[in-house]
Amino acid sequence: MNPVNTIDFRTKKFRAGSFFFTGLTGLATVLILAILATILTDVVYNGWGTLSWHFVSTIPKKDFFDSKTTGVLPMIIGTASRVFVMTLFVLPIGVITAIYLTEYAPNTSIITRIIRAAVNNLAGVPSIVFGLFGLGFFVNFVGKNLDVLFHHPTAVWGQPAIIWASLTLAVMTMPVVIVATEEALKAVPQGLREASLALGGTKLQTIIKIVLPQALPGILTGGILAVSRAAGEVAPILFTGVAYYMASLPQHLTDQFMDLGYHVFVLSTQSPNIQQTEPILYATVLVLLILTFALNLVAIFIRSNMRRKMRSLH
Amino acid sequence: MAEITLPKISPTELRPLAAGAGAPLIQISDLSLYYGTSKALKNISLSLGEKVVTAFIGPSGCGKSTLLRCLNRMNDLIDNVRIEGSVTIGGHDINGDNVDVIELRKRVGMVFQKSNPFPKSIYENVAYGLRLHGVKDKSEMDGVVEQSLRGAALWDEVKDRLHSSALGLSGGQQQRLCIARAIAIRPEIILMDEPASALDPIATTRIEELILELKKEFTIVIVTHNMQQAARISDYTAFFYIGELIEFDTTTKIFTNPAKRQTEDYVTGRFG
Repeated sequence: MNPVNTIDFRTKKFRAGSFFFTGLTGLATVLILAILATILTDVVYNGWGTLSWHFVSTIPKKDFFDSKTTGVLPMIIGTASRVFVMTLFVLPIGVITAIYLTEYAPNTSIITRIIRAAVNNLAGVPSIVFGLFGLGFFVNFVGKNLDVLFHHPTAVWGQPAIIWASLTLAVMTMPVVIVATEEALKAVPQGLREASLALGGTKLQTIIKIVLPQALPGILTGGILAVSRAAGEVAPILFTGVAYYMASLPQHLTDQFMDLGYHVFVLSTQSPNIQQTEPILYATVLVLLILTFALNLVAIFIRSNMRRKMRSLH
Repeated sequence: MAEITLPKISPTELRPLAAGAGAPLIQISDLSLYYGTSKALKNISLSLGEKVVTAFIGPSGCGKSTLLRCLNRMNDLIDNVRIEGSVTIGGHDINGDNVDVIELRKRVGMVFQKSNPFPKSIYENVAYGLRLHGVKDKSEMDGVVEQSLRGAALWDEVKDRLHSSALGLSGGQQQRLCIARAIAIRPEIILMDEPASALDPIATTRIEELILELKKEFTIVIVTHNMQQAARISDYTAFFYIGELIEFDTTTKIFTNPAKRQTEDYVTGRFG
């Protein structure tokens, strides 16, 4: 007898493996969402009360542990400017590197492999190591030598500053931008490159007119990831630019700055009165989250704008 | 269909390549091509005439597309490709040291198997090659775009939406747009790599009619898997098998009275 004939499809069977695996994936999703919701709820619930226009627009006095007089304006400006300056460096350098790797470098060559391995390893270096590197290379080597070059009697470049913190962060986030850009470039159909070249376009014309416009949204995604990562980092700026306290806002790239992430660390470890500081701490964390979210939102807005333009063309 | 009379782009664009009247335009001599160590084309010699349609036929992997891509040096894009022998166009070796491959590709246009319009407007697709080569004058550009679209039998279908996306066109329209894009820069030779293989029979017929029309102005080399297509549109046919040129003759001869048994088996569908 044919075994197929014995199978009755009219009765639904319970398949344990399938059931449990579906459950497991759902559970994992719920767990992630629950963690995120818990953090956000905790921060918003405890921080909302202290958050005020006064709080975000005030330059605090030296004693910033008093919730009535303190503010986070210098920290907001410090964090925003170091992220902005970092973007100016990391995007062009990262994108050009990725263009070299995908469009120019022969895939099989040893140099290409070394560069790729270097990029991947860079991504795995702990951020405190970037901080030490930034101090050793940017501040003490590049900065000090700039002072010698320009005959500055006192240290102008050769001290921790926004510029060095930003460059250190740029080095740290470089792999993110390179990898995202490479993926975006690879996703541009080879047929489009061939079409442009077959019309007598040079490689450069093809990249600028056809490949890059297509890859732009993907490149911006890389930028968004880099910004998100950099905004909350503290370790790389620890020795390269952040200040415990500054009475005035930074004016130049060579000035030190206060920073939201670092301020959270300061508030949670240096306070003489933990109970009194706690609301400020929560509010500062909330501001950091909102700022990161806002920076992301700007990038996402630019990207969707660009996508819409590409679709409608005119 | 309107006559294809395009305005001059620049004097150098139109300088004829041909060495002398009656001479074959493309001369392939003892050409071999290697991908790494494997020999994909084996000592091929072939002369292609001016303003005729030559079809390359043969089973998949026989090297016909590879040979086609030798004619505008698209194989340069692939790593580890090595060429022996020579290809001359109008008497000039296109693999020579001083050859400007950009200039070569302006004279040897190409239409690909998979239609690949740029994600730009219909107008910008056709204008792309002209912009690359420095045409700025708006009225000149408008003229060439219209003439090219007319030349590719697409004008009437798209004239009211020149500035909408090329990606909104049907497959057959996209392929004709690619042809318009190719003829806009006035090449002498148009290479077509299975231009109708992804199209339905009606769109295919339109492309075939178009090729017969383009023959008056351009030298056309077409790779095709479709035997009837080769018979319908080409003047000469070359049959390839595993990297070798088996037979090259007039299309009539190849399809009615081929010299080689292999050719006969292939064109009658007994193998391939």
